Amino acid sequence: MKYVDEFRDPRLIRQASDEIRRLVDPSRPYRIMEVCGGHTHAIYRFALADLLPPNIELVHGPGCPVCVLPMGRIDEGLSLVDEHEAIFTTFGDVMRVPGRHGSPLERQARGAEIRMVYSPLDALKLARERPDRHVVFFAIGFETTAPSTALTLKRARELDVTNFTVFSNHVTIVPAIRAILDSPDMRLDAFIGPGHVSTVIGARPYAFIARDYRKPVVISGFEPLDLLQSIVMILRQLRDGRAEVENQYGRTVPWDGNLPALRALADVFELRPHFEWRGLGFISQSALKLRAEYASWDAEARFAMAGVSVADPKAAQCGEVLKGVLKPHQCKLFGRECTPEMPVGALMVSSEGACAAYFSYVHRRMAAAEQAT
Amino acid sequence: MCLAIPGQIVELAPGGHLATVEVSKVRRTINIDLLEPPPAPGEWVLIHVGFAMSRISDREAAEQLRLLAMLGEDAQAMAELDGYEFGPSSQ
Amino acid sequence: MTTTIALPRVQAFGDVQVEMAHGAGGKASRRLVEGLIVPALMPETSGEPLNDAASVTVGSEQLAITTDSFVVRPLRFRGGSIGDLAVNGTVNDLAVAGATPLALVCSLIVEAGTPSETLRSEMLAVGEAARRAGVRIVGGDTKVVEHGKADGLYITTTGLGRVDPRARLSPAWVRPGDRILVTGHIGDHGITVLLARGDLDLAADLGSDTRSVYPFAAALVDAVGADLRWMRDPTRGGLATSLNEIARDCGLCFVLEEELVPVRDEVRGACELLGLDPLHIANEGQIVAIVAGASAESALDAIRSVRGGEAAAIVGRVDAAPARTVLAVASYGGTRVVDMLVGDPLPRIC
Repeated sequence: MKYVDEFRDPRLIRQASDEIRRLVDPSRPYRIMEVCGGHTHAIYRFALADLLPPNIELVHGPGCPVCVLPMGRIDEGLSLVDEHEAIFTTFGDVMRVPGRHGSPLERQARGAEIRMVYSPLDALKLARERPDRHVVFFAIGFETTAPSTALTLKRARELDVTNFTVFSNHVTIVPAIRAILDSPDMRLDAFIGPGHVSTVIGARPYAFIARDYRKPVVISGFEPLDLLQSIVMILRQLRDGRAEVENQYGRTVPWDGNLPALRALADVFELRPHFEWRGLGFISQSALKLRAEYASWDAEARFAMAGVSVADPKAAQCGEVLKGVLKPHQCKLFGRECTPEMPVGALMVSSEGACAAYFSYVHRRMAAAEQAT
Repeated sequence: MCLAIPGQIVELAPGGHLATVEVSKVRRTINIDLLEPPPAPGEWVLIHVGFAMSRISDREAAEQLRLLAMLGEDAQAMAELDGYEFGPSSQ
Repeated sequence: MTTTIALPRVQAFGDVQVEMAHGAGGKASRRLVEGLIVPALMPETSGEPLNDAASVTVGSEQLAITTDSFVVRPLRFRGGSIGDLAVNGTVNDLAVAGATPLALVCSLIVEAGTPSETLRSEMLAVGEAARRAGVRIVGGDTKVVEHGKADGLYITTTGLGRVDPRARLSPAWVRPGDRILVTGHIGDHGITVLLARGDLDLAADLGSDTRSVYPFAAALVDAVGADLRWMRDPTRGGLATSLNEIARDCGLCFVLEEELVPVRDEVRGACELLGLDPLHIANEGQIVAIVAGASAESALDAIRSVRGGEAAAIVGRVDAAPARTVLAVASYGGTRVVDMLVGDPLPRIC
């Protein structure tokens, strides 16, 4: 596969790994946060930790839109099925996220009409095919995905589709990074910047991290070579005493971002005054809601929704894991009450949630190794 | 977040909003409204939830791989300067 | 067959109700079968490894018997239909038990309102698949249920076969140093069906791999005899799930070399687009076999010389540790744990 296989070249991977070893100061720890859940997934899928010296620690950040979704939002979305006989559509990622009365997948098994879609356009198409029912699209994602929802809404408005609404859970990445930086527990040296969010917002929004907090940021692609090269670039900055924003993913991330995408976002969405993030609490100006002109396609405007806040089970430490304060296995529920089969929190459900990744790829191996000794 | 995959534009649909893209012999219709100017058949784009998000620059990809290849060459050059050899060249 | 391997203790099934995940072939299915069904039906075997086919001794003959139900939506897809799956699935369970398939009985549950033409097509498919597999359909049953209750058609087949005395198959025989073989490309069936549902709007020139694997099984037993330790047809849950099952049953470590696992470009493309792992995708015409290291090449040659086995490959090996684990090693050496599937593989966008 072009633009994929070349970035998995074993020889180049070994070379990059060797360069990292040459650059690293063996006397000090390095804590580098990868913000984006896609990077967390890639790190585990490609077993990149095997290629890094032990004093480089990769800290998993909050860039997993499913993980940071408070449970109450799932319940509210599903309430539209109960109260308005809506067809609930969403991405595969959301299907197993636990709500108070079951996940969308469990509700589907009990007869609720829940449909998984690959694109918001498919949800709109379904609404046009089923004029007898209301179709709600439960939207999640950062700035990568929000423009697609925006264009879908523009199309819905153009066509004057009356049985389609979006329940928006889109969130923005910069406020989350700022919350991490301002957190008293924060002990990070640098950031691996989001790859695909940056195709939309560009590199400029991260300038404050380098300028105000003096931390290097390298925007990274998702293949093993991308991540290793990004770490090389970070180590060089740290060695040189620099703190800059660099773009390792230059083959597809434009420095100025994607203008049509940003325009679509501005046309359709506005920032909510604040929004609750699981684990990070309420963050202002961090989430997107539909503008007044799109009220007819806004599930929250068309249907009275209580704005339920549902707390995580007390013992669950999703928040601390999200902030990188705890490693997944340090949560009291990890591997016992909370497993991928019976998840308590979304970090164990989402394939890019730190807990799910850790469980599948690492925990079992460690447990098996312990058993053998 | 965000699973996005490189794909090649195969053909544009009439109307200007849609195109067929191919990823390792799998085809899908995607929306190209986020790219200005619109992509042409043969171009590579990044695909996410049925939309083309950005173009992929072959020149930049090649440059990046060249830089990565140089990592090993730099090291070998430095090692030779030190009079220490890594062993048979793998190039 | 008795074993001396200590298995983890079986837990009673505690879920309040049965969910779709329990039918997906992964961890949840295993919990349902081991925790509820086996203790109720066959309490004396509780805790022992479960096999695809059971053996029954009649006089001096060792027979194998197995049953399977076929539930698929849509009923027809490129490369086959539910009728093909119903025959090949059961034939394959017999084949990987080291048995020669002899006869099948076929039970139908038809949803009222199903067009007769549909039923006829499927019965012709069943007949044709049986002819190709060299097995006779000797009986069956038909029931009709209310509209809305059967996705059109459910088929259950029960098969009888004669176990080849040269076949000595058991997790107990697996040793470190053994090799892992597959008979061909993985992931074709599951991706074909996913695409056939139409929800994802992906198009690819791909078809189900449904076929009888008996020729491969027979070739293996012929070529290497007792050096063939164990076989399975990796259906729901994919290669990863089958390997996790054998890893659990024999307590050893199974290491896959990712670059060696044969995957078609189309399957790879669909998996990358949807965020799926080919190792978790269902197959309906493959065998994963564990063979003694010294005989691995002969085993491979034997499979490759059977028509349809050209893509067979040695894809990994058995290690002593870490116990009960399946690992995948990338070309550059990075090693990850390959887990059993939790529920059905769901496409993701994140």
